[in-house]
Amino acid sequence: MLMETADETLATAAAQGDRAAFAILLARHYDRVFRLAFRLTGRRADAEDLAQDICAALPSKLRGWRGDARFTTWLYRVTMNAAEDLRRRQATRTRAASGWGDWEIARQDEIVEGREAERWLAEAMTKLPPDLRDTVALVLGEELTQGETAQVLGLSEGTVAWRMSEVKRRLKAVLAEEAK
Amino acid sequence: MTDQDEILKLAKALRAATPEPDGAAKAAALARAMENFDRLQGSADPSRQTSDRPMRAGFWTGIATMLNSLTSRGALAATASVAALAFGVVLTAQYAAPPTGPVIPLSKVTANELAAATTETRTEPSRDTALAATPGDAAKPASPLPPAPPALDDRVVAQAPAEMLAGQDAMAMPIEEAEAQRSARERKQIAEDGTLLLGRADEVDMTTMAPAPMADAPAGGEVVAGLVAPATLVMPDPQMIPEPDTEAYPDFDTNPVKLTAEEPVSTFSIDVDTASYAVIRSSLMGGYLPPPDAVRIEEMVNYFPYDYAAPEADEAPFKASVTVMAAPWNSGKQLVQIGLQGRLPAVAERPPLNLVFLIDTSGSMEDANKLPLLKQSLRLMLGQLRPQDQVAMVVYAGSAGEVLPPTAASDQAAILGALDRLAAGGSTAGAEGLELAYRVAEQMKSDGEVSRILLATDGDFNVGLSDPEGLEAYIAKKRETGTYLSVLGFGRGNLDDATTQALAQAGNGTAAYIDTLQEAQKVLVDQLTGALFPIADDVKIQVEWNPAAVAEWRLIGYETRALEREDFNNDRVDAGEIGAGHTVTAIYEITAPDSPALSVDPLRYGEAAATGAEGELGFLRLRYKEPGEDVSKLLEVPVMPGMGTVGPDQNFAAAIAGFGQLLTDAKYLGDWGWDDAVALALESRGEDPFGYRAEAISMMRLAQTLSAN
Repeated sequence: MLMETADETLATAAAQGDRAAFAILLARHYDRVFRLAFRLTGRRADAEDLAQDICAALPSKLRGWRGDARFTTWLYRVTMNAAEDLRRRQATRTRAASGWGDWEIARQDEIVEGREAERWLAEAMTKLPPDLRDTVALVLGEELTQGETAQVLGLSEGTVAWRMSEVKRRLKAVLAEEAK
Repeated sequence: MTDQDEILKLAKALRAATPEPDGAAKAAALARAMENFDRLQGSADPSRQTSDRPMRAGFWTGIATMLNSLTSRGALAATASVAALAFGVVLTAQYAAPPTGPVIPLSKVTANELAAATTETRTEPSRDTALAATPGDAAKPASPLPPAPPALDDRVVAQAPAEMLAGQDAMAMPIEEAEAQRSARERKQIAEDGTLLLGRADEVDMTTMAPAPMADAPAGGEVVAGLVAPATLVMPDPQMIPEPDTEAYPDFDTNPVKLTAEEPVSTFSIDVDTASYAVIRSSLMGGYLPPPDAVRIEEMVNYFPYDYAAPEADEAPFKASVTVMAAPWNSGKQLVQIGLQGRLPAVAERPPLNLVFLIDTSGSMEDANKLPLLKQSLRLMLGQLRPQDQVAMVVYAGSAGEVLPPTAASDQAAILGALDRLAAGGSTAGAEGLELAYRVAEQMKSDGEVSRILLATDGDFNVGLSDPEGLEAYIAKKRETGTYLSVLGFGRGNLDDATTQALAQAGNGTAAYIDTLQEAQKVLVDQLTGALFPIADDVKIQVEWNPAAVAEWRLIGYETRALEREDFNNDRVDAGEIGAGHTVTAIYEITAPDSPALSVDPLRYGEAAATGAEGELGFLRLRYKEPGEDVSKLLEVPVMPGMGTVGPDQNFAAAIAGFGQLLTDAKYLGDWGWDDAVALALESRGEDPFGYRAEAISMMRLAQTLSAN
């Protein structure tokens, strides 16, 4: 109780104009936002842009902070929505399968020994549709429980469980293809 | 291959592929966020847009531009070492100077937030001095700055270097420079001690924010001077420039040991305030030890509810329980605890209440832990009122005004609406507001009803006609007409504890300090009845010690409540009141004539043979008035050896008394230290349904850590 001011307390204070609280909150969570952004987009540059957009929008978003969820849940939700927006914007100018696909292409010629895991990851992620990718980013990347993930995505826990089993199924297919 | 393996492989690969955030990108993002944050605040409050230092902007922009554009390894190293040195300042300054600055609202900061806290380092007041002083080696990275282009927006500038520092600091950069390594070392050292850090990070603000007092700080001056320079890179946000800390506490000296032969009688007024405990807690949570003058041991002890025997229906409105126990800190001494338990009248029978909230809405109240917390607190309290109770609201700031005419408590919509409309702004005209509040209170009062003004303030009574003494006299006069006054203190920085306490004392009310919503719950909800319904006024305690059984005595606490011996029987002398259900505890430490623990040797010549009734340790007299009466009544209880049963309550009260002494002047405690206090409190925690005692134990541990430096 003494160790750290709860995120929720800071968020409430920040929403009321407490600058110091906002600064602490940002410093505490930037990395988290960036990592999730990367896991959603698969590209460092996209992740940085996305994280910056989210940071820039956070002061006004915080006005909508009601304190009815955990701050991190709320922040994940904000991040997911921003990623979705980014995807939509990209879809209008490039091909629909953005994100990890680009990353994988950019990496193609750099593939060397030791990069095998990354190559595999990119391939696996590209083969997943965006909704499953989002779920993977939250469950496997952020290590949220299925319940927390459901809360972030606004889905039922059952849907998240189903999505994860779907991820498994598709991964198996990827592996089977590799084994050929 | 099982099902889980693919998932695990994906999870592992996903996490491994995720890069570390880039420091520069992070800094840029955070700067953008702060900029937007300020803009958003600014749009709500135009005054925030102004900067009083346009001349400086160019210089700071220059640094910002440099930090943002240089990417060579050398430059990164330079900025990193600046971060390291800024960090050095944090440590040095906090050792060198006592925390004299205002506490920012959210003060619990941990290791992870150190970078953020560094960002918060605003050194405006000391900047000029530091720049004027020879920067020394410490400042070298900062000195050869190119001239800067003019500023576009000095708010951005204000933030950028700071964010940059934080960003560099957090970045995993391959830097060999010694400064950078030192930075890492120091950070690690700090990170190893989370609790210490609580304070550290926060004190970055306090010490560096402190304006003039910083320069005056003993011992701090020289050490700080050289090191402050790099920190001056961090441009202050105009809004965060602190005002000097104007907290004021009453001066007093700790009660000394008295010789029964010379001074057998002890007289004091009871004190049911708890403000001191909350102030102490707020200090400790802020990461520094409270100023000794802010520690009033009786208020700490009285913060906690104790389970004393309640008076019977036909007895006096309160009952005294005396317990004699061995002093935990000295086996040769004993503690005599006098516990008063106020009667709790059946709640259903309570008369209707007339409450006037007198709310300070001066500019200094806008912090999150002041007006917003006050609004939340009053909302909590509204739930406790009955339909027949009446509420009115008067605000004061610049000019005083009635924002809510007397309204039945059942009309929650009107009351909540008025609460919501409160906004901070302007300076304080406390006296005018107070007069208006009394006028409103008198309008509301009809026969048999209790009227009370609840003054909510951060103690800023500095504008207006009256000096504190004049105000006090005024409140005392109004008390005679049957309108009481309680004071709720909010926020720190210019909390005028002395005035707050004096006003509540004069108004026959309680002074409470509200630092958290939990405290509001305790003061305004759980103990509402006691705080608002006096059952005994002018309660005075007098103890006469028997020289035959007690050679030395010492009253622990109550320094600010001491009365002259002759005041006891003088009904015109004001003293504290007991509210419904209140408990009040006073603790004496006594030493028997034959104890090896006597602090004064017996006189070789001329000591009069101790005479006194055999068997009695002393004699306790209590005077009180029924509310509204002018003539006092007397209660008498002889204090016998081994009186009462020592239970968890008594032990816990003793532990808290020890805690208070450790925070002030532990000279009477000998080897008994923090570990003993914590152990005693732990074993006597008892049932503790509200968690107050558990919290106190955390406070002790925190204080122990803080006092170890």
